[in-house]
Amino acid sequence: MSTGDAVHDAPTGESSNSDGASRRYFLIQATSVVGAAGAVGAAWPFISYWSPSEKAKALGAPVKIDVSKLAPGEMLSPIVAWRGKPIFVVRRDAATLASLETDTDMLADPNSEVVDQQPDFAVNSWRSDRKEYGVFLGVCTHLGCSPKYVVTDNFADTGQGGFFCPCHGSRFDMAGRVVKGVPAPTNLEVPPYSFQSDTVIVIG
Amino acid sequence: MQQMNPETKQGALADTMEWLDARFPATETFEYHMSKYYAPKNFNFFYYFGWLATFVLVNQLVTGIWLTMNYVPSGDGAFASVEYIMRDVEFGWLIRYLHSTGASAFFIVVFLHMYRALMYGSYRGPRELIWLIGMAIFVALMAEGFFGYLLPWGNMSYWGAQVIVSLAGAIPYVGADLMEWVRGDFLMSEVALNRFFALHVVALPIVLLGLVFVHFVALHHVGSNNPDGIEIKKNKNEDGVPVDGIPFHPYYTVHDIHATVVFLFLFCAVVFFAPEMGGYFLEKPNFEVANPLKTPEHIAPVWYYTPYYAMLRAATFPLFGMDAKFWGLVTMGAAVVIPAGLPWLDRSPVKSMRYKGKLSRWALRIFVVCFIILGVLGVMPATKAYTILAQFCTLLYFAYFVLMPWYTRVEQTLPEPERVT
Amino acid sequence: MKAFFRPIAFLASLAMLGAASVSWSAAKNDWPMEAFEPDLTDLPSLQNGFKLYANHCLGCHGLQYQRYGRTADDLGIPRELALESVVFTGQKIGELMTTSMDPEQAKAWFGATPPDLTLEARLRSPEWIYNYLKTFYVDESRPLGVNNGVYPNVGMPNVLLPLQGVQRYDAETKQLSLDPGTGSLTAEEFDQAIYDLSNFLYYVGEPSRLQRQRLGIYVLLFLVILGTFTYLLNREFWKDVH
Repeated sequence: MSTGDAVHDAPTGESSNSDGASRRYFLIQATSVVGAAGAVGAAWPFISYWSPSEKAKALGAPVKIDVSKLAPGEMLSPIVAWRGKPIFVVRRDAATLASLETDTDMLADPNSEVVDQQPDFAVNSWRSDRKEYGVFLGVCTHLGCSPKYVVTDNFADTGQGGFFCPCHGSRFDMAGRVVKGVPAPTNLEVPPYSFQSDTVIVIG
Repeated sequence: MQQMNPETKQGALADTMEWLDARFPATETFEYHMSKYYAPKNFNFFYYFGWLATFVLVNQLVTGIWLTMNYVPSGDGAFASVEYIMRDVEFGWLIRYLHSTGASAFFIVVFLHMYRALMYGSYRGPRELIWLIGMAIFVALMAEGFFGYLLPWGNMSYWGAQVIVSLAGAIPYVGADLMEWVRGDFLMSEVALNRFFALHVVALPIVLLGLVFVHFVALHHVGSNNPDGIEIKKNKNEDGVPVDGIPFHPYYTVHDIHATVVFLFLFCAVVFFAPEMGGYFLEKPNFEVANPLKTPEHIAPVWYYTPYYAMLRAATFPLFGMDAKFWGLVTMGAAVVIPAGLPWLDRSPVKSMRYKGKLSRWALRIFVVCFIILGVLGVMPATKAYTILAQFCTLLYFAYFVLMPWYTRVEQTLPEPERVT
Repeated sequence: MKAFFRPIAFLASLAMLGAASVSWSAAKNDWPMEAFEPDLTDLPSLQNGFKLYANHCLGCHGLQYQRYGRTADDLGIPRELALESVVFTGQKIGELMTTSMDPEQAKAWFGATPPDLTLEARLRSPEWIYNYLKTFYVDESRPLGVNNGVYPNVGMPNVLLPLQGVQRYDAETKQLSLDPGTGSLTAEEFDQAIYDLSNFLYYVGEPSRLQRQRLGIYVLLFLVILGTFTYLLNREFWKDVH
């Protein structure tokens, strides 16, 4: 304890000379910067805790689909899920495939120009790897409902089948392409997939 | 340039604060609790633990909320979900170890915080209510720890809870029914797990936060005690500021920030390099899922309950027509509650151990040693010799409180200084 | 003030020493344990342990909290290779290593369901596992014809017998001895095999251990740096206080 107690002013947190003040300022800044870096580092585990766990990743693993029993004009049933979402697999007959190339006037994006909606191999009139088999994510691009498969007369003028979303009435053709004038903005998404053999498709 | 920038910034900041202060007492609150809260300038090492307890509370809340996101409170799912967090969730192991180590750290800092009060008479008037609220926090914390300990649904969790719930059976007449009511089943089961989960993650945290808040309010109303146990408010300068006081902010903020970093260093050393702490923070039998048909070979509570557990076991004989089990429960309950009487048991003319006499000093030393011995005995098997030692220590534990009105009055005390040293 | 703490500090440290000497595993049996030092950086050992486990243990003892994929990644085994060499149950690489044995049937066969071993190394100790696997010996008085040094009257058959060979226990000298030429591995090879197996179980007990320790060093280093600044800051402000 210093002797001349009374001459000292009560400490206020302000340094009594300018040298001390700048040193104090520097130390506050430096400690804040290092402390802020620490706070970011400490937040990191809490943030990554929310990313998909090993379990979620395991459930999101590729799915094998056997299409050997799928007849032309049918959609695979029961519907298979990949990453928890419905996968539509349809086998299209020759008439349908021909129609996909010609009846494109009513479509919003007939040439699949929106890149994120399909892998590169599916940028074609039938939006698939092999012409016959169409593989789509059964999730309407409007608000995420699952469309219905309509075997015939989804389109009154051509009599062709397609997909119809019961929520807000969006329509898609047999290549998952959306028609003009409906709420859905883009074509149905085509998931990444490949043919392991002539009858087995691997999704993911 | 150099001068203009800070000025405009300050101008904008001042405007914002003015706007805010007109609608919310922001500056006022900050000044009342921080920059114009005058704390004695002679705080020592033991005055870190109040803040550190708050810090650990925040750690427990945040990590607890995060654990809840993946924990499954069911008989089939609980144990597996903890291992899921430990293995499959990114950084789940870290969040869980922060929480489990935090539980032990909480009790370490709270014990030291309470020891500080015993040493410097912080429970004495005008701080009796702060002490009582603190005791309530301690009891709530013990309950919080107990309920939380069941949640991993390991075999030690299960049998620990089983033993403590069975204590209710010692209560005359209603015991057996009470036990069944607490468990909601004929044995410890998922029903109890769900109840404990609700209490651990919702009810008790709310209670704890409320109590901690009023603990602060009462403290800042009367002001902090100090190692000399004298009131700094008796000596004020012409501005009404205690001459031995310094503004909490910035002096004790920078103090506590540094203490936090030192604490974090020790805490992280445990979290990252010894999260099991040799079986004391995470017990080995808890790595096996709860099995109602198989008790672990050696059953003991977590270390922070062991002093009380040893006192519970120290009651081995019937008395006044009640059986030993009943007296065990009474002893344990009394041991937890009796410190609440301190403000009225301590009759010394001085507060701090610095100026108390030899009797008080030895009483406190013996008390601390007994408490530690009881803590060690609580994890040991109850052999005959240990039981006698536990009984002896239990007696001394209570003697510290019961004899306090006598020894604090008869001893020769030293004169308190006028100003803090 | 310091004089006041000294007796307490002394007694407290005595008490802590006492507490530290109490071992949880309080083994009832006094079989002399051989030392075991796990090494999580020894990937070939862990890989071999994984393979041994899949071949000899997984049929009965699941590792139901641990996934194949994560294990393969941590142990440096390409996932494709892992699928071929350790997944015999037709499971996918991301799945938990459960056993395909029906627990009810297992109970009928062995009198008890073989326990899951994910956390065995944390429940007992890797040292215990190593010694347990090493000390099976012939004992005609037991229903399965075998007994164990570390786990007396064990209910598990000696599945490693073809590797280790026939081991006998001499109650007089309290020594185990091998009948030469009865096992497919030499004594050293067998020791190495169960070392690998125990090491693997030590890994499975807490797969994040290495990550934890690595991260811990950075965290502590950071805190030293931050602590230096907070120390200086504290000292700077407290210059005011006399």
